Formats: sequence, C-alpha cells, structure tokens
Amino acid sequence: MNLLNQILQGILLGGYYALLACGLSFMFGVMRIINLAHGSLTVVAAYLLWVLAEPMGWHPLLALLAVVPAMALLGWLLHKLVLERSARLGALVPLLATFGLASVIDNVLFQHFGADTRSLATSIGTLAYDSWELPGGLYVGQLPTLVLVLAVLLLGGLHAMLAHTALGRQIRAASEDADTARLVGVRTGTVFAAASAITMVTVTLAGASLALRATFDPFSGPQQLIFAFEAVIIGGAGSLWGTLLGGVVLGVAQNLGAQVHPQGFLIAGHATFLVILLARLYASGALRRFFSSRRRAVP
Amino acid sequence: MSVLLSIETLNAHHGQLPAVRSVSLQVHQGDILALVGANGAGKTTLLRTLAGAHRASSGIVRWEGVDITRMPAQERVAEGLALVPEGRRLFASMTVRENLLVARAAGRRGQWSFDTVLDAFPQLAPKLNARAGELSGGQQQAVAIGRALMTNPRVLLLDEVSLGLSPLAVQGVYEALRGVVGQGTTLVLVEQDLQRVQAVASRIVCMLEGSVVADAPADQLTRAQITAFYFGAQRPEPAPGSHATGSADGEAANNANHANLAHKEAA
Repeated sequence: MNLLNQILQGILLGGYYALLACGLSFMFGVMRIINLAHGSLTVVAAYLLWVLAEPMGWHPLLALLAVVPAMALLGWLLHKLVLERSARLGALVPLLATFGLASVIDNVLFQHFGADTRSLATSIGTLAYDSWELPGGLYVGQLPTLVLVLAVLLLGGLHAMLAHTALGRQIRAASEDADTARLVGVRTGTVFAAASAITMVTVTLAGASLALRATFDPFSGPQQLIFAFEAVIIGGAGSLWGTLLGGVVLGVAQNLGAQVHPQGFLIAGHATFLVILLARLYASGALRRFFSSRRRAVP
Repeated sequence: MSVLLSIETLNAHHGQLPAVRSVSLQVHQGDILALVGANGAGKTTLLRTLAGAHRASSGIVRWEGVDITRMPAQERVAEGLALVPEGRRLFASMTVRENLLVARAAGRRGQWSFDTVLDAFPQLAPKLNARAGELSGGQQQAVAIGRALMTNPRVLLLDEVSLGLSPLAVQGVYEALRGVVGQGTTLVLVEQDLQRVQAVASRIVCMLEGSVVADAPADQLTRAQITAFYFGAQRPEPAPGSHATGSADGEAANNANHANLAHKEAA
C-alpha cells in the first residue's frame, strides 16, 4: 500500500512538472528554441504573485489575473528583443542569450528580494495541506490534485488551440516552414511572439503552483529548469501530451527513489532521465553514429 | 491594360553568383506571362524575388507604381501577390483543410474562398482530412495552387507547376488554371514544357543566364525561335520600343523582328 501511495503522490507531483515543462516544450516545439531562462522566468512569476499577495494583500487568484497578462506581455517582448534577434544568428545564440538572461534574472531577484525563501502557502488557508481520503487508506492532497487537473487542462487547451484555431494553424505552419508560411501571408514574427506570450502564460501558472505548494528563492530557477528539461526529454521534446507523461514518470521516479534513500529523490529522477535519454539516442541511431565516428577518427 | 507589376533593372544573387541580371519587364492585368529558359537561367530566383522570398541586390519592383522592393513576403501577399513555389512546399504534417485555411486567415478578402477553391479542385474534397504529405503529386500541386488562391491574389506566380507530375495530372492543373484566369487573376508562370507554354501563355519571356533575351506576345514567337533563345543560339537586335536594356551585339534572329524581342547580353 505504501508503494501505491508513493506512486500516487508521484503522479500528483508529475502534474506540477508537466505544468512547469509545458512552456519549455511548447517553445521548443514551435520555435526550436531551448529557453534556458525558463526556470528563472517561473520564479519571476512566483515573485510577482508573492509581491501582490503578501505585501499588498491581494488574494492569490486576483494576483494571478493581474500577473498573467503582465507575463504574456513580457513573453512578447522577450521574443521581439531577445529570441527573434538571437535566433537569426544560429541555433547556439538563443541558448547563450537565454542562459545570460537567466543569470541576470536570478541576480536581480537576489539583489531586490535577498536570499530569504518565500511561499504563498499561507495565503490559501487549509488548501495548502488539506487532502481527500481514498479507499484503502490513500490520501491525495487537494492542491496537488488541482495542479494536476490544471496541467491536463492547460495541455489539452494548448493542443486544441494548435489544432482548431487560426492562430494555432499559423503557429504550426510557421513552425514547419517559416519561409513558406510567409509566402501564404503568415506574419511569422507576430505568430512566434504570440507563441512566446502563450508560453509565458504557462510559465505564470507554473510559478503560481510553485509559490503555492513549496518555497522559492531567487536561485530556484535553475533547479526548476532541470526538472522541466528532464520532463520534456523523458516525454519527447515538443510533444505536449508527452510532456505530461514525462512529468508523471519523473515525479514517480523521484518519489520511489526517496523511499530507497533520502538522497534518492533527486538521484532517481536524474537516473531515469539519463536512461531514457540514452535509450532515445540509441533508438535514433545517434549513439551508434557517435561511436562509429570516434572509431574512424582514431588513427 | 494597366500595369500591375513593373520590374526595373532587377539584380539578384545567390551568394556571390549573379542569378538575375538587370531584368526589366512589366506584367499587365490579365497577362498570362510565361518565363522560359534552361535550368539556371534565373527564372525561379526572379519569381522568388518578386514574391519577396529572395532579396533583390539592386533594382526596383513596383506594384501598381509603388516600390515594394523591400516589402516582406507576407505583406506582398496582403497586396495580392502570391507564389506557388517550386516543389509545392506544402505543410506536410497538416491536413489539406488546414493547408488551405492557414492561407485564408492571412490573405486578402475576395472571390476565392474555401468552397470556391474546392469547386476549382474537386479532387481535393474527399482528401480534406488527409495529411498533405501523403497525397499524390497532382493532388499536392492542387493544394499548393488552392492554398495560394485562398489569399485571393491578383497576380499568381507559379513555379514549375508541372514538374514531376503525370501528363494527366498536368492537364488537370492547367484546366484548373484556365478557371483561375477566367476569374480575372493574372498569371506569371515558369514552365519547361514549351508546347504547353505556347498553348496557354499570352506573353513569353525567355531568360538566359539571368537576363531576359526575348519578350514577346506568344503568338508572335515560333517554337523554333523560343528554342533558339532558350539555348542562346539566337541573339536578335532589339526591336524599336523594346522595354529591355543592354547591348545588341548578337546576330539577328530569323523572322524575329516581327516579335517584340528584347535582347540582353547573356553574360
């Protein structure tokens, strides 16, 4: 029963990882950009919510309504000022640009808010720790369940938007062949900026989830980025439903690892990521190509 | 008829290599202008430069008198200039319906709609939910033309629409294009099949090594003359009133003075 309980808690934790990772996956799937500032931007959203909810006394939900459009605007500007310009210079430059951006964000947050950890758990009363009892003595936390449901709704919404709306078709067309998309009138710059804004909406929801269910500090971003990256790779880069699966696999692996050893939480997650990454590389033939090219290189 | 598209001493390069050299020509409303020439003559580059998909090195492209040389491709589409690119370039992972609809959202409003495109290409109706990458060559070409029509172009640029298609499929495509012309759309097409060019075009422009070497009404050029210009075997002197510029040091073409032939140096 304990094992079943750990798997259940892992699935719920996976909901958070899926929520965290869906923006990273969406941006990679649409623009082929790996945003290394993803985790730091999640923490920015968490801080914005915290500022409105704690010092200013807003209800967290009201704060979320204010932060979502602000972050969407930030996403638009991020694309126009950083991603679009750096993507023109090759695949490596956006990586470097977003890495630098993450560093700037982390240090600005540190300078402004200090090293104290923050949380919004106290702003939502008993929702932070209330749970439902299931048959067999299993318990599921209400907040983690809400986060999992939110992740499923968000991924489903993104999927529906891509499949059934004019913007979604334009995003997919621009993602598949930007040159041809322009030849049928698609304003690819605007479409990609809109995709970045959508990404920031998902980042904000992930930031809200982080702030409500845990603590965060100015340097939480890289850790969040690693979890998001692992979920995306486990589930298949660019696949939205794969991201949900990846998040759940990562969450279950971490929870089971924690049963083996106190340090097993992180180690099991990283090990699962590595095994799946190597399996994917092997299946794609990349590993064989790598080793055969090394053999040829040896005189 | 009014001039829709005017090209003045246009040059375009692929890296350091000149692909289009000092091309000047005009496209009038209602024209069916065929660009012919051997591989590497610069036809595709010229078409892509007109569509905004390739950057002009120098020269001017005017749309109804307005300079659009630096206008992005998507804005030219909004003005009514659409390209059906060589190789179709469909969004292969998207369905036929989605390929058509993506262009509707971005183009102009006009007579072409989802339904009228399906009327023009009835073979697409049962394939609307199929992925574009899974269709036959003829069906893919129909989608590519239909997708361009969804933007309601006033000038449709067609690059090698018969390339890789069966004769039956080519016939189907050209029958559909006849309907497109009937709706008042001007065509500029690149075509290798000279017999078909003579059958459909109102005007023929022959290119050689990036330059225009002949520009004449289709009924004033014989097959032999086109072939000669195609391979650079004939070098006519420019007729009075010719649009083209350049020296005229080649040999005069037989009977070519009856056509409004423009001559430009090949190299």
